[in-house]
Amino acid sequence: MTVTTKGSLSPKGQMPPRPYDVAVVGAGVVGTAIARELARHPSLRIALVEASGDVGDGTSKANTAILHTGFDAVPGSLESRLVREGQRLLAAYAAESGIPVEPVGALLVAWDETQLTALPELLEKAGRNGYDVARIIGADEARAREPHLGPGALGALDVPGESIICPWTTTLAYATQAVRSGVDLHLNTCVQKVSSENGDHLLTTSRGALRARFLVNAAGLNADVLDRLVLGRGDFTVTPRRGQLIVFDKLARDLVRHILLPVPTALGKGVLVAPTVYGNVLLGPTAEDLDDKAATGTTAAGLDGLLTKGRRILPALADEEVTAVYAGLRAATEHDDYRISCHEERRYVTVGGIRSTGLTASMAIAAHVAGLIAEADPGLALKEPADLTPVRMPNLGEAFPRPYQRADLIATDPAYGSIVCHCERVTRGEIRDALISTIPPASLEGLRRRTRARGGRCQGFYCGAAVRALHEQRAEWGPQ
Amino acid sequence: MTRRRRNVDVVVVGAGPAGLAVARGLADHGVGVVEVLEREEVAGGVPRHCHHRGFGRWGVSGPQYAARSVEAALGSGARVRTGVTATGWAGPLTLDTTGPHGLERIAARAVVLATGARERPRSARLVPGTRPAGVFTTGELQQAVHLYGQQVGTRAVVVGAQSVSYTALSVLRRAGVTVAALATEEPCHQLGRARAAAARLGHGVPVLTGATVAELLGRGRTSGVRLRHRDGRVTAVDCDTVVFTGDFVPDHELARRGGVALDPGTRGPAVDGAFRTGVEGVFAVGNVLHAVEPALWVAREGALAADAVRGFLDGSGPESAGPAVEVAAPLRWVAPNRAVPQVPVEGFVLRTSRALSRPVLVVTQDGRRLHRQYVPRRALPHRTLRLAGHWTGKVDADGGPVRITVGELGGGVFGAAAE
Repeated sequence: MTVTTKGSLSPKGQMPPRPYDVAVVGAGVVGTAIARELARHPSLRIALVEASGDVGDGTSKANTAILHTGFDAVPGSLESRLVREGQRLLAAYAAESGIPVEPVGALLVAWDETQLTALPELLEKAGRNGYDVARIIGADEARAREPHLGPGALGALDVPGESIICPWTTTLAYATQAVRSGVDLHLNTCVQKVSSENGDHLLTTSRGALRARFLVNAAGLNADVLDRLVLGRGDFTVTPRRGQLIVFDKLARDLVRHILLPVPTALGKGVLVAPTVYGNVLLGPTAEDLDDKAATGTTAAGLDGLLTKGRRILPALADEEVTAVYAGLRAATEHDDYRISCHEERRYVTVGGIRSTGLTASMAIAAHVAGLIAEADPGLALKEPADLTPVRMPNLGEAFPRPYQRADLIATDPAYGSIVCHCERVTRGEIRDALISTIPPASLEGLRRRTRARGGRCQGFYCGAAVRALHEQRAEWGPQ
Repeated sequence: MTRRRRNVDVVVVGAGPAGLAVARGLADHGVGVVEVLEREEVAGGVPRHCHHRGFGRWGVSGPQYAARSVEAALGSGARVRTGVTATGWAGPLTLDTTGPHGLERIAARAVVLATGARERPRSARLVPGTRPAGVFTTGELQQAVHLYGQQVGTRAVVVGAQSVSYTALSVLRRAGVTVAALATEEPCHQLGRARAAAARLGHGVPVLTGATVAELLGRGRTSGVRLRHRDGRVTAVDCDTVVFTGDFVPDHELARRGGVALDPGTRGPAVDGAFRTGVEGVFAVGNVLHAVEPALWVAREGALAADAVRGFLDGSGPESAGPAVEVAAPLRWVAPNRAVPQVPVEGFVLRTSRALSRPVLVVTQDGRRLHRQYVPRRALPHRTLRLAGHWTGKVDADGGPVRITVGELGGGVFGAAAE
């Protein structure tokens, strides 16, 4: 198992390392899924290259955490197909790997006549996307199913197949399984230049040179930049679309039963209110097209706007404490569909324009990309993929027993009975496990995404110093 | 069943100054098995990491005070169990717990909630910007410096200018951190005049009043804050550390999970003068009722609450019916929240939303004046305002709500208080 975080990839005075068969650039949910899929071919030497110090540290960490059905995709698009397939694949994978998923279902609530008249069209679209269990319900049924809904709801589209999922565990599960299956994960490795050398790709990175026969671009927000580095041109431009989100405390969880989606109309898309698998309530996102691919800050106007909209959907939210505010950037392009293209002659695949549905579609995208690679490069001789040794991820979800609730686990190791983060009920045992895991966190934020520690209503008032102390003594728990 | 079932007489949740005082008061009077559950590894509560003095008449520091409170509770015969978290309710007076020794289900004849209060962090205050490291509350800062000896940063901005903000200032300076400024959205600092002067002279740190944190800056690590001033100007202050101070809220989760009604003003359990919540047998005491009052005050409450719990256990407690106590703006809240004629109250604590120069508090019920009280000093938004409680005997148990209004002597807004 190889995870590197520092040092040169091509140390001076040593023989240049043998080229990788495939290098995947970008360890977000899409890149890790692709690396994991390719790892099913044991003959391949695979590198997963990530500019940040952790996997899932960009768009993949800050989204609405929904496992979509794809009912509202553009019918006939690649996105529509991959979301539909991906949803099925990820639901099965989640069950196997311990990724928390809750099939709560969604209601698209219509608040005015325009939205109400849009529902039949959405229903018809769902049908064309192969999703035929959606139905339109009246205001009374909507209210009966969501008793805390604000006044003025006129009706809703019921989409029972929509689920909520833990995006952090998903990416980490893919990456963990990939690394355990032989993928080399190189973190803190920013690709600066790409050239050709004897038919191979020569990547000049912030940590030295890396060679690969085949290159996969899963660089998310920077996919267009990498395209230009490799091809000298690109067929899309990523325009980051910022989504600001507000997370409410767990005491708000009883206010909402479904994912409450907005009805998209010509006047724009509203915001959603959704439970999270951690037992919180999410409000958002905004949709702001920006130029800055690093603008992950929240704004006063953005947060005010969300609260105004949230108050209409679920008035009682206003009385609840806010646990977190954050912003993520979706990798939107000028195109309506994913931009997945294979350049056979260059032995290069671009996986671009993976928007908010990327989490759901990730496994289907990976299978699709593996197919493209097999076709484009017979020299790699990809045959029937093997099954990987399953991974079992620590459970962060409230719908499944957590360590502090498990007498059996505490009996074997009292560290699981020692709660450190009180708001999120994270135990010393879980923090220790994360710190010595296959892909240990590089920061307290990474630790939070692996355990939920410091992620609750007090944001560290009680446990912040204690968690930091554990993080700082991680070396004492054994080799990373 | 994998939970160990146990029965005790009284379970107290929280081993801070209030909870320990309740336990001591009960055990001292021979009330059977009194068990205090403390989720931290060490009992004593917030004073454990308040290294400043002022926890007693002889310059006792927080950690000294915490240690003494624990000793006193243990000496009286109460059990203090640390590292044990009450995770929820299994029945009206039954708590589920988690600890290193396993899971338990503890049934009691009475439950006392002494879960305290916390400062609202940056996110709950909806401060925009990035999410860099180096953002603290005073509580986290104190623990980082005093309990763990951690490095916190080099240059800080403290948000707030109330008593706890100056505590944060001292902690930062002790940790070798330069403090660039204190910034408060209030029009003036929230200290008594003497303490403010001492702080100004002793620390030489500018206090920026009327300044709201408009944005946190920095990737990975904090690089500064943007402040919006009263006149609309926006300025940036470079710093790698930001400490959000004050803005205390009760830690009411366990109360709410147990169906205990909250007071809309305090956001803590609504109680009467005998610390009784709306759920029979469930009491609440300390800063979960009013965020926050000093340790000595809540310990005094704890001693009184112990008497009330004993009354409940032996059936000699007074009738619990009584009208709600309400406040009118600019007062924000009052505790306790119900007035029962037979229950004497030592004092009510209140907060105002704006500064009042010479406040006069007036208590009425159904238009009848029960009490009137001059306050000899200025009332400030983040400081305690206290009202004597001897008038509760005049309350009509069947009457309407008891109203507390405030006016200012010599001011033009005397309003209803002047009648």
